[in-house]
Amino acid sequence: MLTKPRPIRLKGRSFLALSLAPELPFEDWLAGLDDLAARSAGFFLRRPVVLDISGLDIKKAELRTLVDELSQRNVRVMGLEGARHSLLGPDMPPAMNDGRPASDFDPSAEDESDEANESVAAQDALAVETIEAAGPSVQVTGSLVVTEPVRSGQSVFFPEGDVTIIGSVASGAEIVAGGSIHVYGTLRGRALAGTTGNGSARIFCRKLEAEMMAIDGFYLTAEDMEPDLRGRAVQVWLEGHALKTGILS
Amino acid sequence: MGKVIVVTSGKGGVGKTTSSAALGAALAQNGDKVVVVDFDVGLRNLDLVMGAERRVVYDLVNVIQGEAKLTQALIRDKRVETLYLLPASQTRDKDNLTPEGVEKVVASLKKAFDWVICDSPAGIERGATLAMRHADIAIVVTNPEVSSVRDSDRIIGLLDSKTLKAENGERMEKHLLLTRYDSTRAERGDMLKVDDVLEILSIPLLGIIPESMDVLRASNLGSPVTLADENSAPSRAYFDAVRRLRGEALPVTVPGERRSFFGKLFGRKAA
Ligand SMILES: Nc1ncnc2c1ncn2[C@@H]1O[C@H](COP(=O)(O)OP(=O)(O)O)[C@@H](O)[C@H]1O
Ligand SMILES: [Mg+2]
Repeated sequence: MLTKPRPIRLKGRSFLALSLAPELPFEDWLAGLDDLAARSAGFFLRRPVVLDISGLDIKKAELRTLVDELSQRNVRVMGLEGARHSLLGPDMPPAMNDGRPASDFDPSAEDESDEANESVAAQDALAVETIEAAGPSVQVTGSLVVTEPVRSGQSVFFPEGDVTIIGSVASGAEIVAGGSIHVYGTLRGRALAGTTGNGSARIFCRKLEAEMMAIDGFYLTAEDMEPDLRGRAVQVWLEGHALKTGILS
Repeated sequence: MGKVIVVTSGKGGVGKTTSSAALGAALAQNGDKVVVVDFDVGLRNLDLVMGAERRVVYDLVNVIQGEAKLTQALIRDKRVETLYLLPASQTRDKDNLTPEGVEKVVASLKKAFDWVICDSPAGIERGATLAMRHADIAIVVTNPEVSSVRDSDRIIGLLDSKTLKAENGERMEKHLLLTRYDSTRAERGDMLKVDDVLEILSIPLLGIIPESMDVLRASNLGSPVTLADENSAPSRAYFDAVRRLRGEALPVTVPGERRSFFGKLFGRKAA
């Protein structure tokens, strides 16, 4: 029996991905990543990760090795940001630009990479418009209030703004917010604030037992935290490239 | 319509099966009609703890697959006549537990019994999620140690998301049963403190069952501890837990300590 074919629907979506910017030499950078992974187990698992390789002077073979090394660590690379055309190919993750899919065609591939960035600027503006029209864009304005404890294995994901938890955040749970994070209880799991590039976001908790805290990508693991902060009411903010912690009295 | 209770924990070996049998027998001793259902397909042992292993003819999987009627699979206890067991299959694969099949069986049991107690397998996979799916009340069995508490926390998250009650926007009634509590180890500081477990899990406390040789002895006799020796320390703790389950405001005393907790008190600030 013939049925009328249903039209294919294309929907625009924007996702928040973690961005990793590897540095040369890769061996050292991977060692650092292993260290972070060991201290916050499973952090990269099942999470979309974009590799930002802009400005890196590497050959395709080196990039392939890096992607393989990452996949062995269960880090799945969903896209490459700032990649010269000569580094791309069907066997590589797709090219992305500033969080949006980038042009496949790069006329200045032989030139320096900064010029390559400029050459897509015009298309870039267009891309922004399309995405704004199609799906919700990420604007740090909203707030999310969770009135119960966040249990182990649960994840609260709110790139649009601040997250307030009235209750505790369990070991093995995580809060990911575009803005600040407030926990009116014990923070035992992970808190990642300012994840959409908001360095002025802060983390507040009534009792600190966190496994990991991060603001705009700069992080502190449990081992990095001052022992006398444990069990205290604490706030965390970003100064330059360092996380600062203070006791709330 | 009877109440469906799931006895669950995430972690294995914490005392789910022991507690299912002990609570089931204690509830039945008051004359209520109780069935204890073993969901641990492939690793059944509720039949051993209840001393019915030689009487198993049909099991839960047979009923689900339509190979036997529910009444053929139910085993009546020899000591308490209102206590029944629905055994699990030891030989079949747990994939034989289908959501539709479980739903039908639980619905029939609810009509015939006052209490349907589902003894959950360990883990967070199919067997465990099916055991909790139709529950009205969850008893979260936890030992006072870090890994057990974390697994219980995970299970509480599932109870609040993967159950029929949760999907209908209702709240699952949850109780914490702290088992294998060893007061000498607690004194040495080798175990998590009761206060800490309660603070982490923040659900009301149903009881604290002491670690005791009486449990092992009863299980070797093939008897729920609450039937083997009603006056042993674990039995008394289980009987008290049943009174709290029935709504009585009975303080929980910590074994080896003078202090006691009011379960209801913790219930108020809890989820
Ligand atoms: N209160 C207790 N004191 C001593 N041993 C116990 C106690 N509760 C359970 N056990 C023992 O611990 C083991 C595991 O108990 P079981 O009820 O089978 O756990 P689960 O069903 O959670 O895997 C069994 O050998 C049981 O006899
Ligand atoms: Mg068991």
